[in-house]
Amino acid sequence: MSKHYDVIVVGGGHAGCEAALAASRMGCSTILFNINLDSVALMSCNPAIGGLAKGQLVKEIDALGGEMGKIADKTAVHFRLLNASKGPAVQSSRFQCDKQLYRLAMKAVVEKEKNLHLRQTLVDRLVVEGKRVIGVEDHTGVFYKGNVVVITTGTFLNGMIHVGTVHYPAGRAGEIASIDLAESLKSLGFEMGRMKTGTPPRLRASTIDFSRLERQDSDPDPEPFSFTTEELREERLPSYFSYTTKETHRIIRENIMHSPLYSGVIKGVSARYCPSLEDKVMRFSDKERHPVVLELEGLNTEEIYAKGLGNCLPLDLQEKIVRSVPGLEEAEIMRSAYAIEYDFVQPTQLKPTLETKLIEGLYMAGQINGTSGYEEAAAQGLWAGINAAMAVQGRSPFVLDRSEAYMGVLVDDLITRGVDEPYRMFTSRAEYRLILREDNATFRLMGRGYDLGLIPKEHYDRMQEKMCQVQEGIRSLSSVRIYPGSEVNTILQEIGTAPIKNPVTLYQLLRRSEISYDDLKRFAGWEPVKDRMVIKQIEIEARYEGYIKRQLDSVMKMKALEGKKIPRGIDYHSVPGLSNELKMKLSKVGPVTIGQAERIPGMTQAAITAILVTMKKMEIETASQQKKEAPSQ
Amino acid sequence: MEDTIAAIATPPGVGGIGIIRVSGPKSRDLLRLLFKSAKGIGDLRSHHLYHGDIISPETGAVIDEVLVCLMKKPHSYTGEDVLEINCHGGPVILQTVLTEIVKAGARLAEPGEFTRRAFLNNRIDLSQAEAVLDIITARSDRGLELAVSHLKGTLAKKIETLRSTIIDVLALLEASIDFSDEDIEVCKPLEIADTLKATLDELQHLLSTYREGKILREGISAVITGKPNVGKSSLLNRLLGEKRAIVTPIPGTTRDFIEETVTIRGVPVKLTDTAGIREPENLIEREGIDFVREKLSGADIMLIVLDGSEKLSGEDHDILNRAGTKRCLIIINKTDLPHRLNETRLQTLLGKTAPQPLWISAKYGDGIDNLKDAIYSLAMDTPEHHHSEHIISNIRHKTALEKTSVLLSRARESILNGVSPEFASFDIREALDSLGEITGKTINEEVLDRIFSTFCIGK
Repeated sequence: MSKHYDVIVVGGGHAGCEAALAASRMGCSTILFNINLDSVALMSCNPAIGGLAKGQLVKEIDALGGEMGKIADKTAVHFRLLNASKGPAVQSSRFQCDKQLYRLAMKAVVEKEKNLHLRQTLVDRLVVEGKRVIGVEDHTGVFYKGNVVVITTGTFLNGMIHVGTVHYPAGRAGEIASIDLAESLKSLGFEMGRMKTGTPPRLRASTIDFSRLERQDSDPDPEPFSFTTEELREERLPSYFSYTTKETHRIIRENIMHSPLYSGVIKGVSARYCPSLEDKVMRFSDKERHPVVLELEGLNTEEIYAKGLGNCLPLDLQEKIVRSVPGLEEAEIMRSAYAIEYDFVQPTQLKPTLETKLIEGLYMAGQINGTSGYEEAAAQGLWAGINAAMAVQGRSPFVLDRSEAYMGVLVDDLITRGVDEPYRMFTSRAEYRLILREDNATFRLMGRGYDLGLIPKEHYDRMQEKMCQVQEGIRSLSSVRIYPGSEVNTILQEIGTAPIKNPVTLYQLLRRSEISYDDLKRFAGWEPVKDRMVIKQIEIEARYEGYIKRQLDSVMKMKALEGKKIPRGIDYHSVPGLSNELKMKLSKVGPVTIGQAERIPGMTQAAITAILVTMKKMEIETASQQKKEAPSQ
Repeated sequence: MEDTIAAIATPPGVGGIGIIRVSGPKSRDLLRLLFKSAKGIGDLRSHHLYHGDIISPETGAVIDEVLVCLMKKPHSYTGEDVLEINCHGGPVILQTVLTEIVKAGARLAEPGEFTRRAFLNNRIDLSQAEAVLDIITARSDRGLELAVSHLKGTLAKKIETLRSTIIDVLALLEASIDFSDEDIEVCKPLEIADTLKATLDELQHLLSTYREGKILREGISAVITGKPNVGKSSLLNRLLGEKRAIVTPIPGTTRDFIEETVTIRGVPVKLTDTAGIREPENLIEREGIDFVREKLSGADIMLIVLDGSEKLSGEDHDILNRAGTKRCLIIINKTDLPHRLNETRLQTLLGKTAPQPLWISAKYGDGIDNLKDAIYSLAMDTPEHHHSEHIISNIRHKTALEKTSVLLSRARESILNGVSPEFASFDIREALDSLGEITGKTINEEVLDRIFSTFCIGK
């Protein structure tokens, strides 16, 4: 039995769903495998989509025709705009979703896609011919032929769960690990590493004394992630705050030897930004308490996600720890916390398309590339799915650079720097973050999504219409000039801003942070727009013009370096003056441009000079070669 | 594989010792071939001096008694195996030894090639490399001293300290952005502003050492010297535009010294007219002359005056020799009188690298404009006298530091005005980029490292 598909996606998590949807929507016959169809798009850990820098990713995914934002909008029950008091570039949305609704909604979208087949099985082996993948084989020996294969295995690849001294193979609590596939990848010659992550305990809501906890309600008037979302759910769930106590820390310190993190059993690397409670207590011993956030996992469940209590101690100790927290004295653990170790593939082995350099037609996305987070996974899934389809159709690769999207930063960081801990997106990773905002993601990227065939014309036209309104709005405000005078200055005083001494345009006035677009309606002579999205763009353009211009200047400089292509045949071992370490790194990463080479960790100006000198030499040699080969007159 | 290069590392001319430097994979073999020590050298240790002879491998004849030092890679100047041979000075000996080394398989280094290798082997950063390039082109020992202090990386170290402080500030700002939903201490704008102020002050201090500004502000000192009655006082008067010093045809009239300040092309120049240097006839004269010698050694530049109407004398020789490698101008006075000075002889005496002598008539003012131009260019090319430890002598450094300073002030202002931290962060990142133009480094991972080592972050 054998069937042929254009694109095979192995793993139906957040990366796999986006990859499969993108490829099938771009016209490729696609099959998506998952070990258990009831866990497609499962939110394995926290119940939130978005967060700082991650919200930007979700908006970008949406602008390119991805699904994550739409599903989050449909299933969210608690909304927060993070950094609301800061500037627009660092504001991010975080939506707490009903986990089961999320999973089911995504599964429904996948099921309805006509080019897409969803199948429950365990893929054990990649089938490779020469240096090209030709399909996969499942655990029952069935061969699936495919043009390209996208691997999105998450924590399942050689997964190993740890609770106290007990450890057993699993991809997630209650699910089997994917062990043979890890072997298959190793035997193909991939450099693999081991990472560790973990998840906190789930508690039973009815056993928690909420009256003792600080309550946080959802923002009242949230903006959806997706450009297409008309309205959000009505139901809202609160979350609650508490803190660990001295008692909590004492329990941990006295029992630290029971943690596999400290007994040396766990070898995988964990993320510094996501330490388990053992690490927090041991590494920051001077801190008297650590926060605990309680988030309901859904509308129809008692399960509460106890953020901040993640650990991998034995269950009896977990219970003691939980009950040492105010409000949780009687709390019942429904699912224990655990740590999980899994294999990842060092992402410097990938091309900018997320195709592997080693095996043609093989793509990787998500945690297998050493990242963490639903959003990071989905972004890579979309990216890999698009490129898989492009390859099948013989179209040129789809790559965004660091100035175009957080997705560009993500992929460039992975393939250039590699990872030594689970990679999470931060706004500080994006050097051009002032122009990579949530509010302009649609304007930045929807045109690209439309070109790919992932955005319907109707949406694209609507976005274009808004873009025109922004330009028109700026022009209109710039055309209205107000003059110093008692009438004008009284209005300004009422708005709460300084009077003017010279004539100014309304657009210039909007640069003052204390003046809003709506305030300007008090001056006549122009036609205000009503669209919130358009107004926001006009305000941001006016207020941050100077910074945005400077940022665009540095983008130009970056693009110049990105324009310096490094010839594919360069042999770094023959470049004089490079340290062995850099020779190895450069050979491994194989930077496409001088710009990318500069971003390799440990790179020095001297090494860049050496590469440039070598490139120059190669150029001269090629030129003289060509001269020699040219027929003599 | 790189080939092995060799060159004479000490300046041309006769000196106490001369050093030949060899760099490359063949350095050790060359040493074993050419060097013989009575005690034997056994297993050569790195960074140890060995005493012995350089011999000709063909004849076995001893060429020179030397001290040699092998610095094994990567702990050497170029990052390769480096061999330094301390020979007795003298161009002939050095040349002979060098010839043997080349015969044995090295090749002559191109100008700046050691530095280039050091640079390409990551032994030095950009600012240090530039300092080395300065060394290569430096014509005076003052310049050398300055360049050497750069080479040790004092400037690089200073900038590294500044950079580290700025990264700390950036880490605070970034933590307040990327981890605002975590339980971390909020960053205090006033404290950050204070830290930035301190950094700005240090930058200002560094910038104030930039020599062009300093020289224009504080000027330089110049000493007029020459044997008695060559017209030193006339020259001083001519430069001052009035008569100050007593001018007589009797040698030794200016027993004491005269100091006057004159502005030449905008640069304040403190001119010192010295007593004619000759063997003292009495104690008072001796004291005066000793004082002059002291003056000479402290001056930034030296104006050596010769008499064009007389043949070069032994005294002239002595004065020219004493000048050594000091920054000087050779001035031939009395063009108004018949010309008797033998220029060819003078040129031989001065050597090829010396500046062209300037012909003037102090009495009638001929050639004085040219002389002023020459003093100006020499002044602008001279490091100021009392230099601080970290001195900015490179226009590129100056520009980078100025840019850093502007950006940090802007960041400070925006923090004090309560503007959202990503904007200050933007300015600070550009400031760090600008500092990086001196030392060449990227920052992103460092900032995250600082954050994670400072704050407890995570669910």
